[in-house]
Amino acid sequence: MIRSDILKELIPVISRELIVCNIGLPSQELHMMDDQPSNFYMLGTMGLASSIGLGLALSQKAKVISIDGDGSILTNLGTLPTIANNTADNFILFIVDNGSYGSTGDQPTYTGKKTSLAAVARACGCDNVIECQAEEAVDVMKDALASDKMTIIVCKCESGNIPVPVIEYDAPVIKYRFMEVVRAKNHTL
Amino acid sequence: MSVSSEIVDSLVRNKVEFVTTVPCKQLAGVIEGVENEASIMHVPSNKEDEGMGLCAGAHMGGKRPCIIMQNTALGVTFNTLSSLTQFYNMPLPMLISYRGEIGEKVAIQVEMAKHTKALLDELKIQTYHFHEPEDIKDLDSILHHTYMSRKPTAILTDSNFWGGY
Repeated sequence: MIRSDILKELIPVISRELIVCNIGLPSQELHMMDDQPSNFYMLGTMGLASSIGLGLALSQKAKVISIDGDGSILTNLGTLPTIANNTADNFILFIVDNGSYGSTGDQPTYTGKKTSLAAVARACGCDNVIECQAEEAVDVMKDALASDKMTIIVCKCESGNIPVPVIEYDAPVIKYRFMEVVRAKNHTL
Repeated sequence: MSVSSEIVDSLVRNKVEFVTTVPCKQLAGVIEGVENEASIMHVPSNKEDEGMGLCAGAHMGGKRPCIIMQNTALGVTFNTLSSLTQFYNMPLPMLISYRGEIGEKVAIQVEMAKHTKALLDELKIQTYHFHEPEDIKDLDSILHHTYMSRKPTAILTDSNFWGGY
């Protein structure tokens, strides 16, 4: 399974949740398969999906899922100690770990070699770290959503991409409709 | 009252509820003040662009964010300021210690001081320079202006403002 297969299987489980989605192909795939106002698409700034998601989770009550990648986590490795030490039990960090920089042509990352992101996350102090295979992603996500515990999921999969259109929304439109959902969710919580 | 306390008071008055910091010797007092202020969630970050990501999330969660950092890091935040904070119309007051100005004791700090205002100008970020302790009087209106405009602003605070360090 490749990243787009995982996203396709996850969509029925996460479609109604607040999602902060990583730059490039992950956002474009999610946008193509399940465009929702509850999706915050990152059009730039590689590495910050986990930071934006944590800041959001700490600032309001609704659940937040950051869909990140191994390459982006490596770019912003300092995010893991910050997450570990600022617990937000409404936050799930889902790292698609395909061992490559997918959006730039599948150049290998170090997680496909000797580096284990799950071990790094645990060493940083993250309490609930689950490494799973792509086929287990749906069950692991369901459990994480039900647990009401901050969870870091490292989902191992194969590298590979599908053709996707670019996202044509203006960035403030993405933000505006996302914030409307944030407000509505917090109003009912 | 110290300028550090006055800064924290201004943040509280302006309902700033989410602050991230990366340390600087000049900022030690204000960082301690933010940490001890009950109405502010203080989330220290390991790098300034990470902190700007946290602030983007806090903004979308309905909280007024602020980042407190040193001017030497401005270069590494260039992409984030441009393609996150500015591109998505996000407000972000940046309280920046302006190292390398008159009164500086460490020669290397001058190197980034030379570039600080030029970098901010290149990004077209509205920039305010606090040189005298009484310049603090403008902080309320700068914060108000930042959240009104939904853009980043820079408040450069030099050695003279802090009364040395």
